[in-house]
Amino acid sequence: MLKFSKDHEWVRVEGGIATVGITDHAQNALGDVVFVDLPEAGRVVSVGEACSVVESVKAASDVYAPVAGKVVESNAALVDNPATINQDPAGEGWFFKIELDGALPDDLMDADAYARFVESL
Amino acid sequence: MAEELLETPLASLHRELGGRMVPFAGYAMPVQYAPGIMAEHLHCRAAAALFDVSHMGQAELVGEGAAAALETLTPADVQGLKPGRQRYGLLLNAEGGIIDDFMVANLGDRLFLVVNASRKHIDLPLIEAALPAGVRLRAMPDRALIALQGPGAVAAIAGLFPGIDALSFMGVWQGDGMVVSRSGYTGEDGVEISVPADAAEALARRLLALPGVLPAGLGARDSLRLEAGLCLYGNDIDETTSPVEANLVWSMGKRRRMEWNFPGAARIRDELDNGVKRLRVGIRPEGRQPARQHTVVHAGGEAVGEITSGGFGPSVNGPVAMGYVARPHAADGTPLELMVRGKALAASVAPLPFHPHRYAR
Repeated sequence: MLKFSKDHEWVRVEGGIATVGITDHAQNALGDVVFVDLPEAGRVVSVGEACSVVESVKAASDVYAPVAGKVVESNAALVDNPATINQDPAGEGWFFKIELDGALPDDLMDADAYARFVESL
Repeated sequence: MAEELLETPLASLHRELGGRMVPFAGYAMPVQYAPGIMAEHLHCRAAAALFDVSHMGQAELVGEGAAAALETLTPADVQGLKPGRQRYGLLLNAEGGIIDDFMVANLGDRLFLVVNASRKHIDLPLIEAALPAGVRLRAMPDRALIALQGPGAVAAIAGLFPGIDALSFMGVWQGDGMVVSRSGYTGEDGVEISVPADAAEALARRLLALPGVLPAGLGARDSLRLEAGLCLYGNDIDETTSPVEANLVWSMGKRRRMEWNFPGAARIRDELDNGVKRLRVGIRPEGRQPARQHTVVHAGGEAVGEITSGGFGPSVNGPVAMGYVARPHAADGTPLELMVRGKALAASVAPLPFHPHRYAR
Protein backbone atom coordinates (compact mmCIF):
# COMPACT_ATOMS: atom_id res chain seq x y z
CA MET A 1 0.00 0.00 0.00
CA LEU A 2 1.29 3.47 -0.85
CA LYS A 3 1.86 6.08 1.83
CA PHE A 4 2.42 9.77 1.15
CA SER A 5 4.42 12.58 2.78
CA LYS A 6 3.57 16.28 3.02
CA ASP A 7 6.63 16.88 0.83
CA HIS A 8 4.87 14.96 -1.97
CA GLU A 9 6.89 11.76 -1.88
CA TRP A 10 5.25 8.35 -2.04
CA VAL A 11 6.54 5.30 -0.14
CA ARG A 12 5.91 1.61 -0.83
CA VAL A 13 7.20 -0.80 1.85
CA GLU A 14 7.94 -4.42 0.95
CA GLY A 15 9.96 -6.73 3.24
CA GLY A 16 11.61 -3.93 5.20
CA ILE A 17 12.57 -1.97 2.07
CA ALA A 18 10.84 1.35 1.31
CA THR A 19 10.73 2.37 -2.35
CA VAL A 20 10.39 6.17 -2.70
CA GLY A 21 9.29 8.44 -5.55
CA ILE A 22 7.48 11.72 -6.09
CA THR A 23 3.72 11.95 -6.51
CA ASP A 24 1.79 12.67 -9.68
CA HIS A 25 0.84 16.01 -8.13
CA ALA A 26 4.54 16.79 -7.59
CA GLN A 27 5.65 15.86 -11.11
CA ASN A 28 2.80 17.89 -12.58
CA ALA A 29 3.73 20.93 -10.49
CA LEU A 30 7.42 20.60 -11.46
CA GLY A 31 6.81 20.19 -15.17
CA ASP A 32 9.22 18.56 -17.58
CA VAL A 33 12.02 16.94 -15.54
CA VAL A 34 15.42 17.30 -17.21
CA PHE A 35 17.86 16.20 -14.51
CA VAL A 36 17.90 14.16 -11.33
CA ASP A 37 20.63 13.82 -8.70
CA LEU A 38 20.23 10.58 -6.71
CA PRO A 39 21.74 9.50 -3.37
CA GLU A 40 24.62 7.01 -3.27
CA ALA A 41 23.88 3.51 -2.01
CA GLY A 42 25.03 3.16 1.58
CA ARG A 43 24.08 6.69 2.62
CA VAL A 44 22.19 6.79 5.92
CA VAL A 45 19.33 9.26 5.93
CA SER A 46 16.95 10.60 8.56
CA VAL A 47 13.30 11.55 8.08
CA GLY A 48 12.97 14.81 6.16
CA GLU A 49 16.62 14.87 5.03
CA ALA A 50 17.16 16.32 1.55
CA CYS A 51 18.83 13.50 -0.32
CA SER A 52 17.94 13.95 -3.99
CA VAL A 53 17.41 16.86 -6.38
CA VAL A 54 15.02 16.99 -9.28
CA GLU A 55 15.32 19.75 -11.89
CA SER A 56 12.70 20.78 -14.40
CA VAL A 57 13.09 23.28 -17.25
CA LYS A 58 12.09 26.01 -14.83
CA ALA A 59 13.34 25.13 -11.34
CA ALA A 60 15.25 22.83 -8.98
CA SER A 61 13.54 21.03 -6.08
CA ASP A 62 14.84 18.89 -3.25
CA VAL A 63 13.43 15.43 -2.64
CA TYR A 64 13.38 14.43 1.04
CA ALA A 65 13.69 11.02 2.66
CA PRO A 66 10.17 10.27 3.96
CA VAL A 67 11.54 7.45 6.15
CA ALA A 68 14.79 6.81 8.06
CA GLY A 69 17.31 4.16 7.08
CA LYS A 70 20.07 3.27 4.65
CA VAL A 71 19.83 3.87 0.92
CA VAL A 72 20.32 0.50 -0.75
CA GLU A 73 19.66 1.40 -4.37
CA SER A 74 18.93 4.40 -6.64
CA ASN A 75 17.10 4.24 -9.96
CA ALA A 76 20.04 4.65 -12.35
CA ALA A 77 17.70 4.53 -15.35
CA LEU A 78 16.45 8.02 -14.42
CA VAL A 79 19.84 9.59 -15.12
CA ASP A 80 19.52 8.99 -18.86
CA ASN A 81 15.72 9.25 -18.94
CA PRO A 82 14.60 11.76 -16.32
CA ALA A 83 11.31 12.26 -18.23
CA THR A 84 10.26 8.85 -16.82
CA ILE A 85 9.46 10.79 -13.62
CA ASN A 86 6.75 12.70 -15.54
CA GLN A 87 5.50 9.70 -17.48
CA ASP A 88 5.25 7.11 -14.69
CA PRO A 89 5.88 8.82 -11.33
CA ALA A 90 4.49 5.99 -9.17
CA GLY A 91 6.09 3.18 -11.21
CA GLU A 92 9.23 3.27 -13.39
CA GLY A 93 9.89 6.78 -12.08
CA TRP A 94 10.86 5.64 -8.57
CA PHE A 95 13.89 7.44 -7.08
CA PHE A 96 15.55 5.27 -4.43
CA LYS A 97 15.09 2.37 -1.99
CA ILE A 98 15.73 2.66 1.75
CA GLU A 99 16.31 -0.22 4.17
CA LEU A 100 14.00 0.87 7.00
CA ASP A 101 15.45 1.75 10.37
CA GLY A 102 12.53 1.68 12.79
CA ALA A 103 8.85 2.30 12.20
CA LEU A 104 7.29 4.51 9.52
CA PRO A 105 6.69 8.10 10.66
CA ASP A 106 3.17 8.64 12.02
CA ASP A 107 2.38 11.55 9.76
CA LEU A 108 2.59 9.61 6.49
CA MET A 109 -0.83 9.71 4.82
CA ASP A 110 -2.88 7.17 2.94
CA ALA A 111 -4.10 7.95 -0.59
CA ASP A 112 -7.37 9.55 0.54
CA ALA A 113 -5.73 11.73 3.17
CA TYR A 114 -3.05 12.80 0.67
CA ALA A 115 -5.71 13.69 -1.89
CA ARG A 116 -7.45 15.87 0.71
CA PHE A 117 -4.06 17.42 1.64
CA VAL A 118 -3.37 18.33 -2.01
CA GLU A 119 -6.88 19.71 -2.36
CA SER A 120 -6.26 21.97 0.64
CA LEU A 121 -3.10 23.55 -0.83
CA MET B 1 -1.84 39.50 2.46
CA ALA B 2 -0.52 39.61 -1.07
CA GLU B 3 -1.41 42.55 -3.24
CA GLU B 4 -4.24 42.03 -5.67
CA LEU B 5 -2.82 40.85 -8.99
CA LEU B 6 -3.66 42.75 -12.17
CA GLU B 7 -5.06 40.91 -15.15
CA THR B 8 -4.46 41.39 -18.85
CA PRO B 9 -7.33 41.62 -21.36
CA LEU B 10 -6.67 37.94 -22.19
CA ALA B 11 -7.04 36.63 -18.60
CA SER B 12 -10.31 34.77 -19.17
CA LEU B 13 -8.99 33.28 -22.41
CA HIS B 14 -5.91 31.96 -20.56
CA ARG B 15 -8.14 30.24 -18.02
CA GLU B 16 -10.32 28.78 -20.75
CA LEU B 17 -7.16 27.46 -22.45
CA GLY B 18 -5.98 25.81 -19.22
CA GLY B 19 -3.19 28.28 -18.48
CA ARG B 20 -1.43 27.83 -15.13
CA MET B 21 -1.55 31.36 -13.74
CA VAL B 22 1.32 32.71 -11.64
CA PRO B 23 2.21 36.18 -10.33
CA PHE B 24 4.67 38.05 -12.56
CA ALA B 25 5.50 41.77 -12.24
CA GLY B 26 2.20 42.34 -10.44
CA TYR B 27 0.10 40.49 -13.01
CA ALA B 28 -1.51 37.06 -13.07
CA MET B 29 0.15 35.51 -16.14
CA PRO B 30 0.13 32.01 -17.67
CA VAL B 31 3.48 30.30 -17.00
CA GLN B 32 2.38 27.36 -19.15
CA TYR B 33 -0.61 25.55 -20.61
CA ALA B 34 -1.35 21.81 -20.50
CA PRO B 35 1.40 20.71 -22.96
CA GLY B 36 4.09 22.21 -20.69
CA ILE B 37 7.13 24.45 -21.14
CA MET B 38 9.16 21.92 -23.15
CA ALA B 39 6.42 21.26 -25.72
CA GLU B 40 5.49 24.94 -25.98
CA HIS B 41 9.12 25.92 -26.51
CA LEU B 42 9.69 23.31 -29.22
CA HIS B 43 6.41 24.19 -30.92
CA CYS B 44 7.49 27.82 -31.15
CA ARG B 45 10.75 26.81 -32.87
CA ALA B 46 8.87 24.44 -35.23
CA ALA B 47 5.65 26.33 -36.07
CA ALA B 48 4.12 29.28 -34.22
CA ALA B 49 3.37 30.22 -30.60
CA LEU B 50 1.11 32.95 -29.25
CA PHE B 51 2.27 34.80 -26.12
CA ASP B 52 0.31 37.35 -24.11
CA VAL B 53 2.75 40.12 -23.18
CA SER B 54 0.10 42.70 -22.35
CA HIS B 55 1.71 43.28 -18.96
CA MET B 56 4.46 45.25 -20.72
CA GLY B 57 4.22 49.03 -20.76
CA GLN B 58 3.14 50.79 -23.94
CA ALA B 59 3.33 54.53 -24.55
CA GLU B 60 3.45 57.16 -27.28
CA LEU B 61 5.66 60.20 -27.53
CA VAL B 62 4.09 62.97 -29.60
CA GLY B 63 5.35 66.39 -30.64
CA GLU B 64 8.22 68.19 -32.31
CA GLY B 65 11.52 67.09 -30.77
CA ALA B 66 10.22 63.80 -29.28
CA ALA B 67 13.18 61.79 -30.61
CA ALA B 68 15.74 64.31 -29.35
CA ALA B 69 14.05 64.33 -25.95
CA LEU B 70 14.23 60.54 -25.68
CA GLU B 71 17.90 60.67 -26.65
CA THR B 72 18.63 62.59 -23.44
CA LEU B 73 17.94 59.28 -21.60
CA THR B 74 19.42 56.69 -24.00
CA PRO B 75 22.47 56.16 -26.19
CA ALA B 76 20.24 54.69 -28.92
CA ASP B 77 19.97 56.60 -32.20
CA VAL B 78 16.31 57.62 -32.03
CA GLN B 79 16.53 60.66 -34.32
CA GLY B 80 17.97 58.49 -37.08
CA LEU B 81 15.15 55.94 -36.85
CA LYS B 82 13.18 56.01 -40.12
CA PRO B 83 9.37 55.96 -40.27
CA GLY B 84 8.11 52.39 -40.20
CA ARG B 85 11.15 51.11 -38.33
CA GLN B 86 11.70 49.91 -34.77
CA ARG B 87 14.87 49.78 -32.67
CA TYR B 88 16.10 48.32 -29.35
CA GLY B 89 17.51 50.73 -26.78
CA LEU B 90 18.57 51.18 -23.16
CA LEU B 91 17.53 53.84 -20.67
CA LEU B 92 20.61 54.78 -18.61
CA ASN B 93 21.16 56.45 -15.26
CA ALA B 94 23.80 59.10 -14.64
CA GLU B 95 26.33 56.37 -13.77
CA GLY B 96 25.73 54.53 -17.04
CA GLY B 97 23.72 51.75 -15.34
CA ILE B 98 20.73 50.33 -17.19
CA ILE B 99 17.35 51.60 -15.94
CA ASP B 100 15.49 49.48 -18.50
CA ASP B 101 15.64 48.13 -22.01
CA PHE B 102 12.94 49.11 -24.47
CA MET B 103 11.70 49.09 -28.05
CA VAL B 104 11.00 52.32 -29.89
CA ALA B 105 9.18 52.54 -33.23
CA ASN B 106 8.85 55.54 -35.52
CA LEU B 107 5.18 55.67 -36.53
CA GLY B 108 5.65 58.79 -38.68
CA ASP B 109 3.74 61.31 -36.59
CA ARG B 110 4.83 59.84 -33.22
CA LEU B 111 7.13 57.43 -31.43
CA PHE B 112 5.75 54.19 -29.99
CA LEU B 113 7.49 52.72 -26.93
CA VAL B 114 7.35 49.30 -25.27
CA VAL B 115 9.03 48.94 -21.85
CA ASN B 116 9.24 46.16 -19.25
CA ALA B 117 6.25 45.49 -16.99
CA SER B 118 8.43 45.55 -13.88
CA ARG B 119 9.91 48.94 -14.83
CA LYS B 120 7.09 50.92 -16.43
CA HIS B 121 6.30 52.76 -13.18
CA ILE B 122 9.92 54.00 -13.20
CA ASP B 123 10.42 54.56 -16.92
CA LEU B 124 7.35 56.59 -17.74
CA PRO B 125 7.81 59.28 -15.05
CA LEU B 126 11.50 59.45 -15.99
CA ILE B 127 10.68 60.06 -19.65
CA GLU B 128 7.93 62.51 -18.76
CA ALA B 129 10.36 64.54 -16.67
CA ALA B 130 12.79 64.80 -19.61
CA LEU B 131 10.28 66.26 -22.08
CA PRO B 132 10.41 69.86 -23.30
CA ALA B 133 7.26 71.90 -23.83
CA GLY B 134 5.40 70.61 -26.88
CA VAL B 135 6.35 66.93 -26.44
CA ARG B 136 3.82 64.75 -24.70
CA LEU B 137 4.02 61.21 -23.31
CA ARG B 138 0.82 59.20 -23.42
CA ALA B 139 0.78 55.92 -21.48
CA MET B 140 -1.45 53.33 -23.14
CA PRO B 141 -2.76 50.97 -20.45
CA ASP B 142 -5.80 50.47 -22.67
CA ARG B 143 -3.82 48.35 -25.13
CA ALA B 144 -2.87 44.67 -25.15
CA LEU B 145 0.34 43.24 -26.62
CA ILE B 146 0.39 39.84 -28.29
CA ALA B 147 3.52 38.14 -29.65
CA LEU B 148 3.20 35.57 -32.42
CA GLN B 149 6.57 33.84 -32.79
CA GLY B 150 8.02 31.03 -34.84
CA PRO B 151 8.87 30.12 -38.44
CA GLY B 152 5.15 29.86 -39.31
CA ALA B 153 4.07 33.04 -37.50
CA VAL B 154 4.30 35.61 -40.28
CA ALA B 155 2.73 33.43 -42.97
CA ALA B 156 -0.12 32.72 -40.57
CA ILE B 157 -0.90 36.32 -39.64
CA ALA B 158 -0.39 37.55 -43.22
CA GLY B 159 -3.41 35.40 -44.12
CA LEU B 160 -5.46 37.74 -41.94
CA PHE B 161 -3.63 41.00 -42.62
CA PRO B 162 -1.94 40.98 -46.04
CA GLY B 163 1.17 43.13 -46.11
CA ILE B 164 2.67 42.04 -42.82
CA ASP B 165 4.75 39.44 -44.65
CA ALA B 166 6.42 42.23 -46.64
CA LEU B 167 8.03 43.64 -43.47
CA SER B 168 11.72 43.07 -42.86
CA PHE B 169 13.10 42.45 -39.36
CA MET B 170 12.19 45.43 -37.13
CA GLY B 171 9.76 46.79 -39.72
CA VAL B 172 6.46 48.22 -38.46
CA TRP B 173 2.96 47.92 -40.00
CA GLN B 174 -0.13 49.86 -38.94
CA GLY B 175 -3.72 48.96 -39.69
CA ASP B 176 -7.08 48.16 -38.12
CA GLY B 177 -6.05 49.99 -34.96
CA MET B 178 -3.01 47.74 -34.54
CA VAL B 179 0.72 48.41 -34.53
CA VAL B 180 2.55 45.28 -35.72
CA SER B 181 6.35 44.98 -35.64
CA ARG B 182 8.40 42.15 -37.06
CA SER B 183 10.29 41.44 -33.87
CA GLY B 184 10.19 39.34 -30.73
CA TYR B 185 11.96 37.79 -27.79
CA THR B 186 12.47 34.20 -28.93
CA GLY B 187 15.18 34.37 -31.61
CA GLU B 188 12.58 33.27 -34.17
CA ASP B 189 10.87 35.23 -36.92
CA GLY B 190 7.55 36.64 -35.80
CA VAL B 191 5.57 39.71 -34.86
CA GLU B 192 4.53 41.70 -31.82
CA ILE B 193 1.03 43.16 -32.08
CA SER B 194 -0.22 46.14 -30.11
CA VAL B 195 -4.02 46.07 -30.17
CA PRO B 196 -6.78 47.94 -28.28
CA ALA B 197 -7.67 46.00 -25.12
CA ASP B 198 -11.30 45.53 -26.16
CA ALA B 199 -10.23 43.90 -29.44
CA ALA B 200 -7.47 41.71 -27.97
CA GLU B 201 -9.41 38.56 -27.14
CA ALA B 202 -11.10 38.40 -30.54
CA LEU B 203 -7.72 38.85 -32.25
CA ALA B 204 -6.08 36.19 -30.06
CA ARG B 205 -8.88 33.75 -30.90
CA ARG B 206 -8.49 34.44 -34.64
CA LEU B 207 -4.73 33.88 -34.39
CA LEU B 208 -5.13 30.68 -32.34
CA ALA B 209 -7.52 29.36 -35.00
CA LEU B 210 -4.81 29.64 -37.68
CA PRO B 211 -3.04 26.41 -38.64
CA GLY B 212 0.02 25.65 -36.51
CA VAL B 213 -0.61 28.33 -33.84
CA LEU B 214 -0.69 27.23 -30.17
CA PRO B 215 -0.57 29.29 -26.97
CA ALA B 216 2.68 29.41 -24.98
CA GLY B 217 3.36 30.79 -21.51
CA LEU B 218 6.04 32.78 -19.76
CA GLY B 219 8.03 29.61 -19.02
CA ALA B 220 8.65 28.93 -22.71
CA ARG B 221 9.20 32.64 -23.33
CA ASP B 222 12.04 32.53 -20.79
CA SER B 223 13.72 29.39 -22.13
CA LEU B 224 13.39 30.68 -25.73
CA ARG B 225 14.96 34.06 -24.95
CA LEU B 226 17.75 32.42 -22.94
CA GLU B 227 18.68 30.14 -25.84
CA ALA B 228 18.54 33.24 -28.07
CA GLY B 229 21.00 35.01 -25.72
CA LEU B 230 18.56 37.87 -25.03
CA CYS B 231 18.71 39.74 -21.72
CA LEU B 232 15.96 39.70 -19.10
CA TYR B 233 15.80 42.96 -17.16
CA GLY B 234 16.35 42.35 -13.45
CA ASN B 235 18.31 39.15 -14.16
CA ASP B 236 20.95 39.96 -16.76
CA ILE B 237 20.88 43.75 -16.73
CA ASP B 238 20.06 46.24 -13.98
CA GLU B 239 21.06 49.64 -12.65
CA THR B 240 24.57 48.40 -11.79
CA THR B 241 25.41 46.93 -15.22
CA SER B 242 26.57 49.15 -18.07
CA PRO B 243 25.85 48.55 -21.77
CA VAL B 244 29.53 47.69 -22.27
CA GLU B 245 29.59 45.10 -19.48
CA ALA B 246 26.27 43.70 -20.74
CA ASN B 247 27.71 43.35 -24.27
CA LEU B 248 24.96 45.60 -25.65
CA VAL B 249 27.21 48.22 -27.26
CA TRP B 250 25.49 47.43 -30.59
CA SER B 251 22.36 49.14 -29.21
CA MET B 252 24.24 52.46 -28.99
CA GLY B 253 24.09 54.63 -32.11
CA LYS B 254 27.34 55.46 -33.93
CA ARG B 255 26.44 59.16 -33.88
CA ARG B 256 25.77 58.93 -30.15
CA ARG B 257 29.24 57.46 -29.63
CA MET B 258 30.72 60.57 -31.20
CA GLU B 259 28.51 63.03 -29.36
CA TRP B 260 28.77 61.39 -25.89
CA ASN B 261 25.69 63.34 -24.80
CA PHE B 262 23.77 60.65 -22.95
CA PRO B 263 23.62 59.70 -19.23
CA GLY B 264 26.71 57.86 -18.01
CA ALA B 265 28.68 58.75 -21.14
CA ALA B 266 31.91 59.26 -19.17
CA ARG B 267 31.85 55.74 -17.70
CA ILE B 268 30.89 54.15 -20.98
CA ARG B 269 33.58 56.01 -22.91
CA ASP B 270 36.13 54.91 -20.34
CA GLU B 271 34.96 51.30 -20.56
CA LEU B 272 35.14 51.33 -24.35
CA ASP B 273 38.64 52.86 -24.29
CA ASN B 274 40.14 50.91 -21.39
CA GLY B 275 38.04 47.76 -21.17
CA VAL B 276 35.64 46.48 -18.56
CA LYS B 277 36.29 44.45 -15.42
CA ARG B 278 33.46 42.01 -16.17
CA LEU B 279 31.49 40.96 -19.22
CA ARG B 280 28.19 39.22 -19.88
CA VAL B 281 28.85 35.90 -21.63
CA GLY B 282 27.12 32.68 -22.52
CA ILE B 283 27.95 29.76 -20.22
CA ARG B 284 27.44 26.12 -21.20
CA PRO B 285 27.49 23.62 -18.32
CA GLU B 286 28.83 20.17 -19.23
CA GLY B 287 26.47 17.25 -18.77
CA ARG B 288 22.76 17.60 -18.07
CA GLN B 289 22.53 19.54 -14.82
CA PRO B 290 21.27 23.13 -15.08
CA ALA B 291 22.90 25.96 -13.11
CA ARG B 292 20.44 28.65 -12.05
CA GLN B 293 20.49 32.40 -11.41
CA HIS B 294 22.92 33.49 -8.61
CA THR B 295 25.15 30.41 -9.05
CA VAL B 296 28.70 31.50 -8.25
CA VAL B 297 31.18 31.02 -11.10
CA HIS B 298 34.73 29.92 -10.34
CA ALA B 299 37.86 29.66 -12.47
CA GLY B 300 40.90 27.86 -11.10
CA GLY B 301 39.27 27.68 -7.66
CA GLU B 302 38.64 31.43 -7.44
CA ALA B 303 35.27 33.22 -7.67
CA VAL B 304 35.20 35.18 -10.95
CA GLY B 305 31.51 35.85 -11.50
CA GLU B 306 27.88 34.87 -11.21
CA ILE B 307 25.16 33.35 -13.35
CA THR B 308 22.31 35.78 -14.04
CA SER B 309 20.02 33.45 -16.03
CA GLY B 310 20.28 29.70 -16.22
CA GLY B 311 18.12 26.73 -17.01
CA PHE B 312 17.53 23.96 -19.49
CA GLY B 313 17.41 24.73 -23.21
CA PRO B 314 14.87 22.44 -24.87
CA SER B 315 16.18 23.11 -28.41
CA VAL B 316 19.82 22.83 -27.34
CA ASN B 317 18.74 19.73 -25.38
CA GLY B 318 21.03 20.65 -22.53
CA PRO B 319 21.63 23.22 -19.83
CA VAL B 320 22.36 26.82 -20.88
CA ALA B 321 23.16 29.95 -18.90
CA MET B 322 24.49 33.46 -19.10
CA GLY B 323 26.21 35.59 -16.55
CA TYR B 324 29.03 37.99 -15.78
CA VAL B 325 32.63 36.86 -15.50
CA ALA B 326 35.84 38.78 -14.90
CA ARG B 327 37.28 39.97 -18.24
CA PRO B 328 40.31 37.59 -18.28
CA HIS B 329 37.87 34.65 -18.20
CA ALA B 330 35.40 35.92 -20.80
CA ALA B 331 36.88 34.43 -24.00
CA ASP B 332 34.87 31.68 -25.73
CA GLY B 333 35.96 28.25 -24.55
CA THR B 334 37.41 29.41 -21.23
CA PRO B 335 36.85 26.62 -18.67
CA LEU B 336 34.76 27.56 -15.63
CA GLU B 337 33.37 25.79 -12.57
CA LEU B 338 29.83 26.47 -11.43
CA MET B 339 29.19 26.02 -7.71
CA VAL B 340 25.91 24.12 -7.63
CA ARG B 341 24.84 22.86 -4.21
CA GLY B 342 28.40 22.78 -2.95
CA LYS B 343 29.84 20.90 -5.92
CA ALA B 344 31.87 22.29 -8.81
CA LEU B 345 30.08 21.70 -12.09
CA ALA B 346 32.35 21.89 -15.16
CA ALA B 347 31.34 24.50 -17.75
CA SER B 348 32.83 26.80 -20.34
CA VAL B 349 32.25 30.22 -21.87
CA ALA B 350 30.14 29.76 -24.99
CA PRO B 351 29.21 32.08 -27.86
CA LEU B 352 25.68 33.56 -27.82
CA PRO B 353 23.12 32.78 -29.04
CA PHE B 354 22.93 29.10 -28.08
CA HIS B 355 20.33 28.60 -30.80
CA PRO B 356 20.81 30.52 -34.08
CA HIS B 357 18.57 33.54 -34.64
CA ARG B 358 16.20 33.13 -37.56
CA TYR B 359 15.03 36.70 -38.09
CA ALA B 360 13.60 37.85 -41.44
CA ARG B 361 16.15 39.88 -43.39
